[in-house]
Amino acid sequence: MEQVVSIKRKKKRRNIFYMLKEDYKKHKLIYFMLIPVLLYYIIFQYGPMLGIVIGFKDYRPGLGIFGSKWVGFEYFQHFLSSRYFWRLVKNTLTINFYLLLFGFPAPIILALLLNEVKHKAFKKTVQTITYMPHFISLVVVSGIIVDLVATDGVINDILAFFGFQRQNLLTISGLFRPIFVTSDIWQHIGWGTIIYLAALSGISPSLYEAAKIDGANRFKQIIHVTLPGIAPTITILLIMRIGKMMLVGWEKIILLYNPVIYETADVISSFVYRKGLLEFDFSYSTAVGLFNSVINFGLLIAANKIGKKISGSGLW
Amino acid sequence: MARKKSLKNKFGVFDGINYFLLSMLCLLTLYPIIYVLFASISDPVLFQSHKGLLMKPIGFTIEAYRLVFESPAVLTGYKNTLFYVIVGTSINLFLTSLGAYALAQKDLYIAKVLTIMIIFTMQFKGGLIPTYYVVNQLLGHSRLTLLLPQAIITMNLIIMRTSFRSIPESLFESARIDGANDMTLLSKIVLPLSKPVMAVMALYYGVNHWNQWFQASIYLRDRKLYPLQLFLREIVLQNQLDESSMGIDVGTEAHIGVIIKYATIMVAVIPILCVYPYIQKFFVKGVMIGAIKG
Repeated sequence: MEQVVSIKRKKKRRNIFYMLKEDYKKHKLIYFMLIPVLLYYIIFQYGPMLGIVIGFKDYRPGLGIFGSKWVGFEYFQHFLSSRYFWRLVKNTLTINFYLLLFGFPAPIILALLLNEVKHKAFKKTVQTITYMPHFISLVVVSGIIVDLVATDGVINDILAFFGFQRQNLLTISGLFRPIFVTSDIWQHIGWGTIIYLAALSGISPSLYEAAKIDGANRFKQIIHVTLPGIAPTITILLIMRIGKMMLVGWEKIILLYNPVIYETADVISSFVYRKGLLEFDFSYSTAVGLFNSVINFGLLIAANKIGKKISGSGLW
Repeated sequence: MARKKSLKNKFGVFDGINYFLLSMLCLLTLYPIIYVLFASISDPVLFQSHKGLLMKPIGFTIEAYRLVFESPAVLTGYKNTLFYVIVGTSINLFLTSLGAYALAQKDLYIAKVLTIMIIFTMQFKGGLIPTYYVVNQLLGHSRLTLLLPQAIITMNLIIMRTSFRSIPESLFESARIDGANDMTLLSKIVLPLSKPVMAVMALYYGVNHWNQWFQASIYLRDRKLYPLQLFLREIVLQNQLDESSMGIDVGTEAHIGVIIKYATIMVAVIPILCVYPYIQKFFVKGVMIGAIKG
């Protein structure tokens, strides 16, 4: 029995090699063209995946990855029982929840409004202006934010006019999330509409005609014709969004935050950055990062399952 | 009366509110940028004592711009950023089109395996620290750290592959009969027919390089290699208006320091804002091709 299996396996393996050989003969040049591409993926994408072992070792720079000794899940346990754990998970999820609650519907609403504009030039102007911040670098965006909310910044000028005390808004922990989310919407609302506007342009005009004959006004048309028309697009984007619930771009966070507001501003990825690249705690930081990706992957699978059940459309 | 009614149909209360909301949104979007622009050309002394919204520049001076353009930091940064944008984007386009061409081959046996292998990397990544480790070990603190580790963005590779696939098979067959090999096919048929998607990709990659600061901040040690965004971070966010970044003695010109950061922001943003309206439709096209695949 065992022999049969091993023969079968051998045959199959020979087949693969045979196919590869034939394939190579037929497409020799393509194989050569692929060399730099494969090198890129092996070195810079798969290489770091192997590097994840740092998280299971007590990494010492002098010994290198291979020389350092295995410690198993020690760093994971260390993280799970540390006082940072709940704070980081809570902040990551809360910021994402706000982004989902306010940031996700924002482009949908804008796309619906834009779709109702019949004046082409006006529509084009609004689109051009609202797409624009998407191309401005995070350094500049953060610079502008810091300046606007500074003690002598414009927003404080306005608040002072209404009798509020002047203070740097980025040193108040309760305000970090609103500032983060608002600026995120400001930067990406227009860009996010592109995909919805495309979906909207695919809705048959006859549906609107029928709705009009049935006496639906503009609002009813939006609710009964337009929204169902883009529902599949919304579902897929929502699934992708939920799959990233545990990810928050660390770039803007590390540009904006400061120790005074770590309580609400520090998220897992900014913590990974700080521990790893500022304090050089490679192993601990890698373990935390890996923990984060595992949870994320689980979320994506769960979200996809739920999305399929509810609407029949999923990522796979 | 009838005429009035038809007019009302054309532009009702709904439209009025809609146009108002959209106009407000445009104002809100533009204002921060306009604020920075006004501040950058305002008289620094008057600006400092000003409170509230800026509706126009207060006073007028381009002194801040003169200092910015004379500062070695901004000049070095500009030069480096141009280098990263041009060389980086060339590498990106070269490698991405090689990969996209190979994966677009319908009869290539390994294409299927490779596609899975490549898409896998979109969901699974080594993470910040392992990536840093690999890049640092291999490339040290050289310029290459900003060019090679992101030589291919997988999403872009897939967009390009989708576009290459739409080229009619018969074109390839006839060229093959005429003795063309894959390299000629790619350079003489596929790329010339794919100008729009190549433009989109060039712009995606180009903007990426232009706005890049994070990788630079972790990999580069030598200030001579810094891209503009890193100097910008020093000037704008860390308020390091000192000799090292500006090359001027701000102490003696303290008043101008207030508006220098605005001028620096404008200098970094203006090129993108000037190019962007022309390239907007290309970007939109890129999002669409990406979405079709999704």
